[in-house]
Amino acid sequence: MVAVTFTWGEFFQQVVFGLAIGAVYASLALALVLIFRTTHVLNFAQGEMAMFTTFIAWSLITNHGFSFWPAFFVTIGIAFLLGAGVERIVIRRFEGGSHLTMILVTIGLFVIFNGGAAWIWSPEQKDFPSPFSAEPYSVGGVAIARQHVGILVVTLISVTVLWAFFRFTKAGLGMRAAAIGPEPSRLLGVRVPWMYAVGWGLAAALGAISGIMVAPELFLTPTMMQVVLIYAFVAAVLGGIESPVGAVVGGLLLGLGTTLVSRYVDFVSSELELPFAFAILVLVLIVRPAGLFGRVTVRRV
Amino acid sequence: MTPLLELDGVEARYGPVVALHGISLHVGEGEVVALLGANGAGKTTTLRAVSGTVRKSGRVLYAGQDVSRRAPEGLARLGVAHVPEGRGILAELTVWENLRMGAYVRRDRGVKQDLERVGGLFPWLLERKGQQAGTLSGGEQQMLALARALVARPRVLMLDEPSLGLAPIIVQELFRVVSTLNEEEGLTVLVVEQNASIALEISSRAYVLEVGRVAVEGSSEELRRHEGVRKSYLGY
Amino acid sequence: MRIAGRAGGYAALLVAIAVLPLFLGTFRTTQLTYVGAFAIALIGLNILTGHAGQISLGHGAFMALGAYTTAILSVNHGVNDLLTIPLGGIVAGLAGFLFGFPALRLAGVYLALATFGLAIVVPSLAKRFDEFTGGTAGILLDLPTSPIGGLTPERWLYYLTWAIAAVLFLCAILFLRGKTGRALRAIRENELAAVSSGVSLARYKTLAFGVSAFYAGIAGSIYAILSFIVNPGAFPIDLSILLLVGLVIGGVGSMLGVLGGAAFVEFVPLEAGNVPAKVIDALQRVGLPVSDLDPTTAGVPSVVYGIILLLVIALAPQGVAGLARRLGAATRRFYSRLIPTNKPGTPSRREA
Repeated sequence: MVAVTFTWGEFFQQVVFGLAIGAVYASLALALVLIFRTTHVLNFAQGEMAMFTTFIAWSLITNHGFSFWPAFFVTIGIAFLLGAGVERIVIRRFEGGSHLTMILVTIGLFVIFNGGAAWIWSPEQKDFPSPFSAEPYSVGGVAIARQHVGILVVTLISVTVLWAFFRFTKAGLGMRAAAIGPEPSRLLGVRVPWMYAVGWGLAAALGAISGIMVAPELFLTPTMMQVVLIYAFVAAVLGGIESPVGAVVGGLLLGLGTTLVSRYVDFVSSELELPFAFAILVLVLIVRPAGLFGRVTVRRV
Repeated sequence: MTPLLELDGVEARYGPVVALHGISLHVGEGEVVALLGANGAGKTTTLRAVSGTVRKSGRVLYAGQDVSRRAPEGLARLGVAHVPEGRGILAELTVWENLRMGAYVRRDRGVKQDLERVGGLFPWLLERKGQQAGTLSGGEQQMLALARALVARPRVLMLDEPSLGLAPIIVQELFRVVSTLNEEEGLTVLVVEQNASIALEISSRAYVLEVGRVAVEGSSEELRRHEGVRKSYLGY
Repeated sequence: MRIAGRAGGYAALLVAIAVLPLFLGTFRTTQLTYVGAFAIALIGLNILTGHAGQISLGHGAFMALGAYTTAILSVNHGVNDLLTIPLGGIVAGLAGFLFGFPALRLAGVYLALATFGLAIVVPSLAKRFDEFTGGTAGILLDLPTSPIGGLTPERWLYYLTWAIAAVLFLCAILFLRGKTGRALRAIRENELAAVSSGVSLARYKTLAFGVSAFYAGIAGSIYAILSFIVNPGAFPIDLSILLLVGLVIGGVGSMLGVLGGAAFVEFVPLEAGNVPAKVIDALQRVGLPVSDLDPTTAGVPSVVYGIILLLVIALAPQGVAGLARRLGAATRRFYSRLIPTNKPGTPSRREA
């Protein structure tokens, strides 16, 4: 079965690459979890929103003379406003709708953002610049791409910042309270509807980071994030869909797992990487519906 | 003297069911007022009408200001603390985080002192501040809800059935704290209770609601002697 | 009265479907044949989502199974393509039945996710196992021919498809009537309550998945014969999404709404690009300074289609069928006000 020549050096490279791509899954998965926790909506448009904001970053860099990092931060700001705006303008109208309604609403958004990007920026693929130099790090004689290390570091920093916001700030506490108990939180003075909008905004900002980080690896096209979204779904479910820590760990594990399996298990070629991830999804849903990190809750009648 | 809180012809409904048929009542600054009545009389809805968590018509005045159109969070910011039915504990947050949520509306620097003051009233709270609030017992959760409301430094405290499901000794303790705060700090309290005897003990005035209307009102002293109230709610 | 009226309505619909191709060219006829195929898939989806309340974002996968069954059997094994239609249904139905078992443990958004994954996986499986499926290029079928002299192949397929649709429509109505239908709807309303009143979840959910996938498989087989090519690109996730959207637009739970939904699936993605041009035209005629828009601009149809979807969910959550029902009720009220009748012998309804 294993006919590939194995070297530890290459294995190490694969691990770093797997973690980097896993970090991208993790941040999009975290965005999904954030929205699911605050508004109980599974946002099928999360990937397309990330793609759309990545196009904004591309446009800032290529057409408006921004260099990478200023464009990165401006885009995160725009993404936040976009996410919050989507919640206030669209999602709010359907609040309390059935699962079917909410899924279709986010699918409507999916189609609109996808079409919108193709409309504004044309569907042709674009090169997205990388902020990291092509010169690899050399660790014990093994070349490690700066790009991959960079993705990992940027994602982990943003996840940590987000964690600190929820853990240590009053606004973060208010958001957690609003997600747990909207009614009592309002009685305590929390502006719950605004918290939902902020939740969507933060999720969109995280999505923008994942999009900008993955774009130099792939080409920037309107369909760029669709596959990433599916991996993010799997990662979120793996972690228990309500658990932020679970989403991050799930994303990293998934990135690592799919990379190593498709490299070292002959049968699982690149076409089977996605079915492989899907098989994990169904397996987890069946064996441990609450995910690896979620708690099993008793369903109320 | 104008009352601190006043309801004037308040009506409320849940879908087709009318819960309040024009309630009028008032609570003066520094008073403890009890709302009595059977299940479904509209006691809880009256509190909800004040805090804005039910659709209503009619007027609600707070400190002379019309607050009928305010959202619940707006009322909380004005200094009305509502401890709802079922206590409204944020189960997945810790005890300490719940207490900090009490200070959510505060903009001043005195929060720390208030947290300490509350810790003085319920010393065990600080010992168990890292515990998840959902794992507390019912009595402890009720204490936490009260403590959390006090951290907000409210002018009016509205309690909905604080004694529900609790052991008598804990009920005594709870009402002792409320009375102390009223006497020492002049806290205004509007309390909904099924347990009429204890409610009439700590309140100065009371209203008895029947099917969404005020049926009887008067000083707690009078109501304790009132024949109908005695038979229906005090049981002797 | 009502039943007679309904039967009359169905008869009129049948006649309309029968004579329509006489007025249309081959292109439009073929388009309407696709509508028929989508209608079959939607009847199936309606059983699962509309009646049993199980969301499926993966019905394109079951269509693909039907289509590949037809292609492989007719091209590689020389089976008559008409015979492959029921076989395609059976293969997809079996797959759906089996998928129903893991789906038993999933509800709401989780089921949506699992079926979404299914829709993604099936095309990539087709790419991977290219010795059977022809990989990305797919399988080319023979051009359809008409067994009846004087009938063009397009019209033959049109009548064949709609005849199958009519039969399956009737089957679905019979299936949903009585005990099975009640059990499915009980599951939709409240699973736990359904179980406690003796409905076997395992039995009815897998049954609903199986039957629903059977319909999708039939639709897929017809789809294969119609487009005489089957490849992974014909069954993208968009198709699965579009089917669910079509069901909602037509009206979840309504059997006739399925027709409107099927027309939506066929026409809206194609025609949506023309809508902005008309809007701009109208605005310009009013005198507003709006610049022209090339309808072939990429992305425009998607944006329009997405906006239509959101508007329908916001304004007509019961879909076209619900809108029609509301209009019908309004006209009935209008007429009953004109002719005040006192029906003797009508027992007064005494329900709590």
